[in-house]
Amino acid sequence: MATLFGINLFALSGQLLVGLINGSFYALLSLGLAIIFGLLKIINFAQGAMYMLGAFLAWMALQYFGINYWVALVLVPLAVGGFAILIERFLVRPIAKEDHLYSLLLTFGLALILQGLFTQLYGSSGLAYQIPAELKGGTKLPFMYLPNYRAWIIIASLVVCATTWWVIEKTKLGAYLRAGTENPQLMQGFGINVPLITTLTFGFGVALAGFAGVLAAPVYSVSPEMGSNILIVVFAIVVIGGMGSIGGAILTGLMMGVVEGLTKFFYPEASSTVIFLVMVIVLLLKPAGLFGKEA
Amino acid sequence: MQAMKKTLMAVAMSAAVAVTAQAEGVSDDVVKIGVLADMGGVYADICGKGCVTAVEMAVEDFGGEVLGKPIEVISADDQNKPDVGSAKVRQWIESEQVDAVNGLVASSVTGAVTKVLTDAKKVALISTSASHAFTTKACSPYNVHWTYNVAALANGTVKPMVDSGKKKWFFITADYAFGHALEGIATKVINEQGGEVVGAVRAPLGTTDFSSYVLQAQASGADVIGLANAGTDFVNALKTSAEFGLTETSDVAGLLVFTHNAKALDPAIAAGMKATTGFYWDMDDQTREWSARFKQRHGSIPAMGQAGAYSMTMHYLNAIKAAGTDDADAVMAMMKATKPDDFFARNAYLRNDGRMVHDMLLVSIKDAASRQSDDDIYNIEAVIPGDVAFNPMMESCNFAAKS
Repeated sequence: MATLFGINLFALSGQLLVGLINGSFYALLSLGLAIIFGLLKIINFAQGAMYMLGAFLAWMALQYFGINYWVALVLVPLAVGGFAILIERFLVRPIAKEDHLYSLLLTFGLALILQGLFTQLYGSSGLAYQIPAELKGGTKLPFMYLPNYRAWIIIASLVVCATTWWVIEKTKLGAYLRAGTENPQLMQGFGINVPLITTLTFGFGVALAGFAGVLAAPVYSVSPEMGSNILIVVFAIVVIGGMGSIGGAILTGLMMGVVEGLTKFFYPEASSTVIFLVMVIVLLLKPAGLFGKEA
Repeated sequence: MQAMKKTLMAVAMSAAVAVTAQAEGVSDDVVKIGVLADMGGVYADICGKGCVTAVEMAVEDFGGEVLGKPIEVISADDQNKPDVGSAKVRQWIESEQVDAVNGLVASSVTGAVTKVLTDAKKVALISTSASHAFTTKACSPYNVHWTYNVAALANGTVKPMVDSGKKKWFFITADYAFGHALEGIATKVINEQGGEVVGAVRAPLGTTDFSSYVLQAQASGADVIGLANAGTDFVNALKTSAEFGLTETSDVAGLLVFTHNAKALDPAIAAGMKATTGFYWDMDDQTREWSARFKQRHGSIPAMGQAGAYSMTMHYLNAIKAAGTDDADAVMAMMKATKPDDFFARNAYLRNDGRMVHDMLLVSIKDAASRQSDDDIYNIEAVIPGDVAFNPMMESCNFAAKS
């Protein structure tokens, strides 16, 4: 085995790739949060619960209706997004003019309710969801065995993240979106329905979490706790990337996955804290985050 | 062994007689059992509300009263937090006059709670904790450790594997007291049997992605990857091992597997895996009869700690009846002097250090084709006699001599 300074290089390059896979999940989830915060100034603490909901809906779709993974990958984000639209319309909007803290508390409460509900209904042990037959097995790379499904996670999340970034930053629709949140009165004057845009944006941001949930269902066990575990990490990533920076959220998500992977290799005990350590350092040196604009 | 047991019995019996002479009857006219467990977190399924149901069933089956006084069951959520658990138990002792606390899941909570109970001279009926500390370095005359412990898991699962030639081990360990204890005791067993541990990684509790650890295990070239974790950690670690092809090149051994977790696994990856358990619902007519009643009330088959909670409550109530008092010293002496014998406790006796020794089961997870129902999970491979499964009593835990 090739080694450098006593480090097993095969194992190390494997770790880098694995870090990138985890980073894909972080990127998807933090992107949703960044869109919702960046454009609507809502701190959505229910994002983790929506990720959990996505995984559960995929499981329920298969169990009760025989809907397979590929169909679920399209339908579930739509359902989760639709649910989010209801939340935005009837719960978030009435308090949107108040301090950000109110939407934070509201979504946090929602997350707890959802988590409690699923624990009550399905218990805490988790449910099994199979990897779709087309993606079973793996590829033998020179330095590691790469499961096909993990490779698919990287591809799917990169495509979705890149498309989202492109739509928001480079298209006319994205421009309306950004302008509408910058100066709602003016845009309303141009005949653009700003509340509708807001609602749809919220729905889309949350749908990303639902999408990540379906992607996660086959590799992690579908359990009520899965969202709360990942949420805090994802928030730290959004802070590191710069609150509201779309590109920052994606890049930082991928980067933090790799940082975490390396920590697991060199000092596993610190792997659950390393991201927060990075957050502290970044906040001290660059309070607006790596890619954020100074206020 | 037999001679020692007899001496113990004799000592315990005489102690029982001596104490019963002092205290008679039921204090404050009610026997109250508190059930403390994680009710909504990661360990909720393996004890939680099911343990409350099991204790209530025991009380009902016993007749609802003892020595003419009613038996009451109360319960609380410890949220897997030692401070929450010990505060609750302190409150139970002070304002509820609780006589015994049943349930007890996370070893960290149990450690804190047993201290409070010992100070107050109340009985700790430990159903689901795994650490062996409660009957070794943290032992107490008021501890009863019923269902299993880490030593039994290591002796039950690890020993036969090393004996069959799987000499090189690597551990993926939950990074807290329970994981360390399990890894430590398994390592001891491996070394004693002539094997070696080539490495270990410590994964934080609640890790969802085990791929890095699995890659390290793979790089170690070990014959067996030991998973010294439990609950969803175990499920995730095993799933990831299968995904990365580890299960094809090495054996993966789950050191603590609960039926609820085994059920959550895809049979395709878990089939054939061996585990040690204190109880399995489908062992014989007796276990099936009780488990069916439990399932009807609770909605799912019993986990081993839930069956243990029932059996332990029965033994406790029988001891109160036999001793003619609910005084903790007298009841403990009586519990140790009489042998428990029910659907759960087979060839069982309660040792002086508080360890309940009983037959354990070596099981393997069934493949999809041989399962008759959703609950049909294990093949019973062998019955491990209690004296083989549990480590012998430690001299240092002779609290009779200490006090």
